[in-house]
Amino acid sequence: MSTPDIPSSAGREMTYAEAIRDAFAVALEIDPELHLLGLGVPDPKGFFGTTSNLGHDYGFDRVLDMPCAEAGMTGVALGSALGGLPTVINHQRLDFALLGIDALCTQAAKWSYMFGGQTRLPLVIRAIIGRGWGQGPQHSQSLHSWFAHIPGLKVVMPSTPHDAKGMLIAAIEDGNPVVFLEHRWLHHLKGFVPGGHYNVPIGSARLARYGEHITIAAISYMVIEALDAAEQLAKEGVSVEVIDVRSLRPLDRDMVSNSVAKTGHLVVADGAWAAAGMAAEIITAAIETSFSSLRSAPSRVCFPDCPTPTSPALAAAFYPRSGHIVAAVRNALHMPPNASDFNIPTNVELDKPNPAFTGPF
Amino acid sequence: MFKPKTITDSESLWTLWRQMTRIRKIEEAIAERYSSQKMRCPVHLSIGQEGVAAGVAAALIPEDQVMSGHRSHAHYLAKGGNLPAMLAEIHGRVTGCCKGRGGSMHLIDQAAGFVGAVPIVASTIPISVGLAFADRRKNKKRVTVAFFGEAATEEGVFAESLNFAALHSLPIVFVCENNLYSVYSPMSVRQPRERSRIGIAAVHGIGVAECDGNNAQAVQSLMSEVVNYVRGGSGPAFLEFSTYRWREHCGPGFDNHIGYRTEDEAAEWLKRDPILRIEEQMEANGFGDQMRRSTIIKNINDEIASAFEHALNSPFPKTKDLMDYVYA
Repeated sequence: MSTPDIPSSAGREMTYAEAIRDAFAVALEIDPELHLLGLGVPDPKGFFGTTSNLGHDYGFDRVLDMPCAEAGMTGVALGSALGGLPTVINHQRLDFALLGIDALCTQAAKWSYMFGGQTRLPLVIRAIIGRGWGQGPQHSQSLHSWFAHIPGLKVVMPSTPHDAKGMLIAAIEDGNPVVFLEHRWLHHLKGFVPGGHYNVPIGSARLARYGEHITIAAISYMVIEALDAAEQLAKEGVSVEVIDVRSLRPLDRDMVSNSVAKTGHLVVADGAWAAAGMAAEIITAAIETSFSSLRSAPSRVCFPDCPTPTSPALAAAFYPRSGHIVAAVRNALHMPPNASDFNIPTNVELDKPNPAFTGPF
Repeated sequence: MFKPKTITDSESLWTLWRQMTRIRKIEEAIAERYSSQKMRCPVHLSIGQEGVAAGVAAALIPEDQVMSGHRSHAHYLAKGGNLPAMLAEIHGRVTGCCKGRGGSMHLIDQAAGFVGAVPIVASTIPISVGLAFADRRKNKKRVTVAFFGEAATEEGVFAESLNFAALHSLPIVFVCENNLYSVYSPMSVRQPRERSRIGIAAVHGIGVAECDGNNAQAVQSLMSEVVNYVRGGSGPAFLEFSTYRWREHCGPGFDNHIGYRTEDEAAEWLKRDPILRIEEQMEANGFGDQMRRSTIIKNINDEIASAFEHALNSPFPKTKDLMDYVYA
């Protein structure tokens, strides 16, 4: 799709949640056929501020609530997209979207291939990954590796407001089923976002920080922790390159490979379980393409191998922080371990995304 | 609630007869040739169930849309799906309707309004509802038909689809073919005896009717009335047609001997052959012209022979093209 001629508004600093809303507003303005579906999409709370007033601005027949029926409604969204309406189905938690796995993974993902390339499927499955404040076992799963396993799907997890807007627009305009995942703890973070229409290409990673000694590839919210780790390590003279793996499928193997060829070391930070996961896939990409450059065994910073606990007393033990990434870097670079890396920060509440957050969701 | 006017004109009955005869002969030809191992995919034949497909399709216009499930040959053919493309697909050839990526369980002919069939039970029901939703939003006067078996009504998405279709008063006809068995599992182990499928639909405020699916004349008469209702904007409808699968669930043979149903039951249903039924109706109305029948049958046989020849002479997909079409 060529860049549409729409009035350009000035860019400004805004939160990630506002950037999502801005992407929807631009896309709804450009394409009168675009529809947003989802439980609570037009409700007064505005889906964490990501859909505020879109119903008023673009019509409640295009920005519509839906029955509590994620399985059936994922199929309906597929049919709607097939019928010529670009459709975004929104889920306040990824865990809810899992009821629609048949429609997503067995139907939508195969549609183009199994019918010999005759169809376009402008379908976006947007879901939010919860964390903290007792989200517990069933409001916090980050199962991006499931979706990234499947040919026919595209999977993106932008970490900045700029990329959130540009990748959501790209997802809506892609013509293939795209799984768009947002970490709840990114919503309040601010960044500069251009006005009007633009795309961030699906399939591209982002160089989040230039460095020479070691590569950290991080996904979604873990990019924030990785940048913090890089900052700490810089004080000790370690130059860390941080790659924001914002596109999981297609995966930008070139950026990972080129970085590892340069640094010789790789740590992957993924807010998910390690087993059969995306971190393993990224490490495999590095081994397959840059084996001879590797000077230490790549390692993963992921969740412990248990469901997410609910009690705030267990948050520190479950969620890896920047200190865990720092420790992994020391190990890779044969630096002496530093027990203080694992200190639990005393000045922040580890089950809250920011001091202003007071729950409940 | 529907009061269909029985269709009796001779051309309508001839069309139904020809449609069912053609489907039967195509399916029999597949069964007959299946052992040659040139059709290397599961096939779920429609023999015995032609009345529903023929009657429903006769009430539709070309623009109307149809989706179906694993047993879709009859629906595809009745809606006007291309025969050579279907047989080439079953033979895994690049000239097939899915270029050899689908097989018997994935038929499509968009030009004919056959949007797609997939074998995961009930999965095309909500997809059909989504098509109807898109049409409603675009103000198209088109009707979408979702074909499925009675077992699909046991899936959760069936109820979810009825709910959403009723909520938005969508232009869709849910067509349930009740052939009494889900593979080898009878109704008695799957659904409570006292609860009908039309009862489920009716409590959603959806227009419902039941009909003998082996009486194509009655199917078309009912469906014509229902299509007017749905196209006119009165909301969705759910129809259940009783029928019977003559052959095994999957494959070319017969399986009455393995013990899940009785030979007596099958024999009773064979007497209710939808093609014999329409021949009786035609003769009762004085137009059972044998010469015309023979000519039509000859033409059908020629068409089938030529479509098989086309399939067998078509090239296979090239291995270099394996990765094509993963993304649009």
